[in-house]
Amino acid sequence: MNKVVSNRLLANNIHAIEVEAPLIARSRKPGNFVILRVGDKGERIPLTIADADVEKGTITLVVQKVGASSAKIVSLQPGDMVTDLVGPLGQNTHISKVGTVLALAGGLGAAPLLPIVKGFKEAGNRVLTVLAARNKDLLILREELGAYSDELLIMTDDGSEGKKGVVTVGGEEFINREKVDLAIAIGPAIMMKFAAQMTKKYDIPTICSLNTIMVDGTGMCGACRVTVGGETKFTCVDGPEFDGHAIDFDELLNRLGAYKEEECKLPVK
Amino acid sequence: MSKEKYTEMRNQPWRDELRKAVPMKERTAGERVKMNEVDPAERIKSQLLEVNLGLTPEQAQAEAKRCMDCANHPCINGCPVGIDIPTFVKQIEKGEFGKAANTLREYSSLPAVCGRVCPQEKQCEAQCTYHKMKKEPVAIGYLERFAADYAIKNPGECPKPEKKPANGIKIAAIGAGPTSLAFAGDMAKLGYDVTVFEALHEIGGVLKYGIPEFRLPNSIVDSELKAMEELGVKFVTNFLVGRTATLEQLSEEHGFKAFYVGSGAGLPRFMNIPGENLNGVMSSNEYLTRVNLMGAGSEDSETPVLRGNTVMVVGGGNTAMDSVRTAKRLGAERAIIVYRRSREEMPARLEEVHHAEQEGIEFMTLHNPIEYIGTEKGRVRAVRLQKMELGEPDASGRRKPVPIKDAIVELPIDLAVVAVGVSPNPLLLRTLKGVELSKWGTIVVNEETNQSSDPDIFAGGDIVRGGATVILAMGDGRKAAASMDEYLRKKYNLD
Repeated sequence: MNKVVSNRLLANNIHAIEVEAPLIARSRKPGNFVILRVGDKGERIPLTIADADVEKGTITLVVQKVGASSAKIVSLQPGDMVTDLVGPLGQNTHISKVGTVLALAGGLGAAPLLPIVKGFKEAGNRVLTVLAARNKDLLILREELGAYSDELLIMTDDGSEGKKGVVTVGGEEFINREKVDLAIAIGPAIMMKFAAQMTKKYDIPTICSLNTIMVDGTGMCGACRVTVGGETKFTCVDGPEFDGHAIDFDELLNRLGAYKEEECKLPVK
Repeated sequence: MSKEKYTEMRNQPWRDELRKAVPMKERTAGERVKMNEVDPAERIKSQLLEVNLGLTPEQAQAEAKRCMDCANHPCINGCPVGIDIPTFVKQIEKGEFGKAANTLREYSSLPAVCGRVCPQEKQCEAQCTYHKMKKEPVAIGYLERFAADYAIKNPGECPKPEKKPANGIKIAAIGAGPTSLAFAGDMAKLGYDVTVFEALHEIGGVLKYGIPEFRLPNSIVDSELKAMEELGVKFVTNFLVGRTATLEQLSEEHGFKAFYVGSGAGLPRFMNIPGENLNGVMSSNEYLTRVNLMGAGSEDSETPVLRGNTVMVVGGGNTAMDSVRTAKRLGAERAIIVYRRSREEMPARLEEVHHAEQEGIEFMTLHNPIEYIGTEKGRVRAVRLQKMELGEPDASGRRKPVPIKDAIVELPIDLAVVAVGVSPNPLLLRTLKGVELSKWGTIVVNEETNQSSDPDIFAGGDIVRGGATVILAMGDGRKAAASMDEYLRKKYNLD
C-alpha cells in the first residue's frame, strides 16, 4: 500500500498524482514505468514515472481520466492508499550527449517525456521541445518542459494556444532551421507514427516510448508485444522505448484496441 | 531418508501390528479408489468450482489398506522431495489423519498443493509394487490430498512442525512460487529469518496466476501460506528484486546474507508464425493470469478477458489443459487442443486430459499451426494447421512430428491461446552480477547443491530448469535449503 501525497489537476481530466514510494523514487531512471492497482478488483495499469523526489520519497504519475480504472486513480485524494504499486519497470532511456535533441510531446506524452528532456538537458545537449495538444485545455507541464528546453514551441490543433497545427509541423520547423541529431516522440500511437514518418524523411534517429496493453509488466503475459524491425518484442522488458522507424505502428494501433469491446462491458460506476 | 531410519519407522510396534492385522490377499483384493468429482455438465458452468472433491475418511482408509507397506519402499524413490509415503499412508489406514499430515509436512511445505497438481502417475505411483502385479497402483496423490486437507480443516490436531532456535541470519528468497516457498519453509524450520520477495501483488507464483481454481483453489494455497507465516516466513509483495532494490542494497542496507533465486520462467514462448500478433491470439500466461490472478471471469473484476465461441489452445502440457478447460468455462462452444504430436506424447497429467475429455474438449493431435488469418478489424478468424505424422525419435526420446506434404487444413476460430512453453525471465538476471548463465539464459548451478557461481546466491525451479513441474521446483527449493544451511553454518561458524 502506498499513500497518495497530492493530487493536482493539470488540465481538463488530467491529474498529477504524487505517491509515496521511496525505493522506486531512488531507483527509477528516465523512461521507467510502474504498474499500479486501486482496489481489490482493480486492473493493473502501467504508468510512466513523470517525476520523482528522492528526499521526499515520492514519485509523480500523470493520469488522464478515460475509463473506469483511470477514473478511480484520478479520484484518489491525499491520504488515500494505492492498493498495489510496483516498479521501476522497463529499460532506462539511453541518455548521452548527442548534440541537438528534438523532443516531440503529444498530449499526455508530455509526462513521460519530461524526465527524458530533463536527462538530455543535464547531459549537456541542446534541447528543442514541441508541446502539442488538441486544444489549450489539454496542454500540460508547459513550465516544467520549458525549464529544461532551450526552446519550447507550443502547438494546438485548433490554434487556441501557440501555433495552429499538429506536432510534426512544429518539429519540421526546427529541423528546417537547424541540424537535429536525435528525435524523441512520445504521445498517442497515431501521433508517434506520423512523427516517426516525418523524421524518417530527414534521416533523424528517433525514439518512441510505447504505452501498450499490459497485465503484469514483468515479461510474463506478452500482451505488450510489438513488432520492431520485423521481430516481436515485449514492450515491458525490451522497451518501452524503441527505434521509431522500425516500429510496426499499424499493428500497434490494432493491438491497442484489442479490449475495446470488452471494456464497454465493464460495470459503470 | 536413510535405510536405517526407514527400517526403524517401519518396525515400530503399531506399524508392525497394522501390517499383520490384514492378510496380504485381502489388501490386494480391493480396487483402486475412484476420486469423487463434480459432474462435468455442472462443473463447466463455473471457473471456481473444484473438480475433485477429495476422498471420504472411509474411502481413504480403504485405499490406504491396499498399500502393502513394502520393505523396499519404491514409491519414495519416485518422489522428487522424498516424502516418507508408506508411513503417512499407514497412518491414514490407522485413522491417525493428523499424524499423517504431520509426516507430509516434514517433507513438503505444500502438501495440499502437491496432492492436487503433482504428476503422480509418473512419480510415486509409477513405482508402486502393484504395477508388477498388473494392478492399479495405490492412489498416493489422493491420499496426500486427503491428509493435507484434513490438516487444514483440523489445525488443532496438527501442531506446528518443530523449528530450530532462531539464529538471526537473514535470508531472501526471490519470487514467491513453489520453489521459493519450499525453500523458505525449510529455512524457517532451520532457524533462519526468511523473507520472500514477490513482484506481483499476490504470493504463490504459478499456483495463483497459472493453475485455475477448478484444479487448485486459491484458498488451499492461502492455507499453506498461512502455515508458512506461522513458521515465521515473511512475505513482501510488489517488490521486484534487482529494480525496486538491488541485491547489493538488500545485503548492505538490510543485512541479507544469502539469496535464493526462484524467479521462474517468465517469458511466454510464441511460434513466430504469420498473424500471431493479431488480436485474439495470446499466450496462456496472459489468458490464465487475466482469469486466475485478476479474476477476469467474474462480473465484478475490472480486468477484461477476450472470449471466444471457438477457442484453439496450442500445446499438450498442463498449461494447455488449464487454458482449454478455462475457455470452456468462459462459454466457448468448441474448445480445442491442437498438438503437434500424438496423445501418447502429451506431457499433461493423465487426470487433466481425462477431465478435459469429460468436459467435451476436442483434441486435434498431429496438427501444428502455421498461420493465423485475421478479420478486417484485425481479430483472428481462422488458423491454418499443418497435419503431422510421427517420425524417428528425437532428443527427448519421443517420436518427432514431421509435416505431411500438402496436408493443410483451415480451422475457423475466434480466440487462440498459445501454450508452447516459457523462457527464463531476464529482468532479475540483467541485474545479477557475477552469476553464470547458460546460453538459454538460465542460471547455472551446481547440481548437488543448487549453488550458483556466486557462493551467496543459490537458485532453483524454472530459472534453472527452464520449465518444469511444481514438484521438481519444490525439490530444488528443499535441496537448496539444505545446502545453503550447510554453507552458512560453515561460513558463520554456527555449530
